[in-house]
Amino acid sequence: MTHRHFFINFVQNNLFMKILVCISTVPDTTSKINFVNQNQAFDTQGVTFIINPNDEFGLTRAIWFQQKEGADVTVVTVGDSSCEPILRKCLAIGADRAIRIDATPMDGFYVASQLSELAKKETYDLIITGRESIDYNGGMVGGILATFLGLPYLANCNGLEKDGTTFNLEREMDGGKELLKASFPIVIGAQKGLVEEKDLIIPNMRGIMQARQKPLEVVPAVNLEAGSSIESFEKPPAKGPVKLIDSSNIDGLIDLLQNEAKVL
Amino acid sequence: MSVIVYIETQDQEIKKSSLEVASYGRAIADAQETSLVAVTFGLENGSALKQYGVDTIINVPTEGEQYFNADRYSSTLAKIADNEGAKLLIISSSANGRYLGPIVATKFQSTYFSNVIGLPLSYDPLTVKRSCFTNKAFNQSTSQKARVVISLSSNSFGIIEKDGKGDLKTAEYAASTCDLRVESVEKSSNKVSIADAEIVISGGRGLKGPENWHLIEDLATVLGAATACSKPVSDMGWRPHSEHVGQTGKPVASNLYIAIGVSGAIQHLAGINSSKVKVVINNDPEAPFFKAADYGIVGDAFEVVPELISKLKVLKGA
Ligand SMILES: Cc1cc2nc3c(=O)[nH]c(=O)nc-3n(C[C@H](O)[C@H](O)[C@H](O)COP(=O)(O)OP(=O)(O)OC[C@H]3O[C@@H](n4cnc5c(N)ncnc54)[C@H](O)[C@@H]3O)c2cc1C
Repeated sequence: MTHRHFFINFVQNNLFMKILVCISTVPDTTSKINFVNQNQAFDTQGVTFIINPNDEFGLTRAIWFQQKEGADVTVVTVGDSSCEPILRKCLAIGADRAIRIDATPMDGFYVASQLSELAKKETYDLIITGRESIDYNGGMVGGILATFLGLPYLANCNGLEKDGTTFNLEREMDGGKELLKASFPIVIGAQKGLVEEKDLIIPNMRGIMQARQKPLEVVPAVNLEAGSSIESFEKPPAKGPVKLIDSSNIDGLIDLLQNEAKVL
Repeated sequence: MSVIVYIETQDQEIKKSSLEVASYGRAIADAQETSLVAVTFGLENGSALKQYGVDTIINVPTEGEQYFNADRYSSTLAKIADNEGAKLLIISSSANGRYLGPIVATKFQSTYFSNVIGLPLSYDPLTVKRSCFTNKAFNQSTSQKARVVISLSSNSFGIIEKDGKGDLKTAEYAASTCDLRVESVEKSSNKVSIADAEIVISGGRGLKGPENWHLIEDLATVLGAATACSKPVSDMGWRPHSEHVGQTGKPVASNLYIAIGVSGAIQHLAGINSSKVKVVINNDPEAPFFKAADYGIVGDAFEVVPELISKLKVLKGA
């Protein structure tokens, strides 16, 4: 069934919108960043993992569509079994079902390729990825996924409303914002603004109990190559101490910025 | 096998971040003993690029379409790169650059490397240094494919003037492949955007309320700087979200970053620490920002900042 046909079905039969939210599991923002194995791997010891914040804004927006008009929300991640608590959390927040593609994410290209193989099997009206993950900051999964699927992609999406058969969207740019229109389906890169910080849903006991009953399906990965590999990691060199200037010596600060730092 | 650079313009002006991309592309073309091709969209006169080492300037007339179009730009760039037999396509890390990156990389059947700092460490295979963990670390990444799209971190290479051939050409604008239309663009009232600014003045909760933001704005005006803020400041609606910088906001890579009444939480610092020089003004000597800053004043922002503004006004003759 083509998207167009699906769409006609959607309108005539009043089917609900189907949303896929792609979730990345990332170290908590306060994590100490260290490396092991001769600086070849991230040290996960003592690190708490969270839903990538940009993905969580996107998930919350999807849950609003579910609450308001009965949209069906699937969350998906590419990762090993250690990601399952994060998927359960997404279910507790309100997603209807979760899918884990059983693979170690090699790079953004690999993740996008796996997601695209999965997304091809269903007809989603809206696919949400985070603008970027806060660990590798690639900012690439959404754009690659959309291009593989032949769908439009909107990066830095901070506004999304459904208007009959189209979406009204907003993109944050350097120095302003863009207002756009697209017909279903589309892939977006979610960020704050799509919902606000205060709108994020903290799972309650009922949500957590229900999440245990909701389906979490594990599907095998498709055999494909990564686009790149990471050879090694390093940390930035330690910074020298701050130069303190007395609050009565503003001229001193200006002089340092002009003649030492040469930035004024 | 030339090297291709995508040049961004605003109101017929070439953006500074794109001059950096051209300079970077020139250095790579020199290392590979090949030519540098720049692609512009709807730019009437791109001959200035000759001074930044560009050999061929290809302009793509956009048929009166006035807005950035990720779909058509990426198809056009991939086609030109293909025609030129290029292996490397370089773009900036502006919002549009980062939007375009993964799309053009997929259409060009290449690897996409974002957040690249510095010249490649090797060319065959291509290995680059990239920042990761929101600037808390770096990694060396190697492409498995011969073709690569590089998004260069702004302010990580610099602008270098060098003569190129400067031949002028045009190319056809690729057709649209999907249905996503820009209806309108709203420019923010800020004169300088955070991404393009040399200097960024940032205010935190220590400023007590939106009514005190004239301190930030006046300082920014004297210095021709962009204004930014911490996350709680935008969450409370004191300032627009577009000013929120940090790990979950905009990244900052300016020459000078002045933080006023910002404590320097790890999530804030993560987003701004690739700025070259950091200055903190805070009345709490224990504020973590002092550990991350180059220069600091322990003092009350309401006393220090007005004095700083008036002294800078004298200095700048404003
Ligand atoms: C998942 C997550 C993501 C986050 N992402 C971000 C992010 O992207 N960006 C971000 O900024 N934060 C982020 N945060 C929030 C961050 O942890 C801090 O809460 C926030 O940065 C603090 O903002 P602030 O410095 O303005 O306020 P505060 O921490 O309250 O600091 C105010 C400072 O002002 C000083 N001050 C008070 N009065 C004066 C005066 N008269 N003169 C001078 N100084 C004065 C105080 O000493 C204090 O240091 C994130 C948090 C989480 C959990």
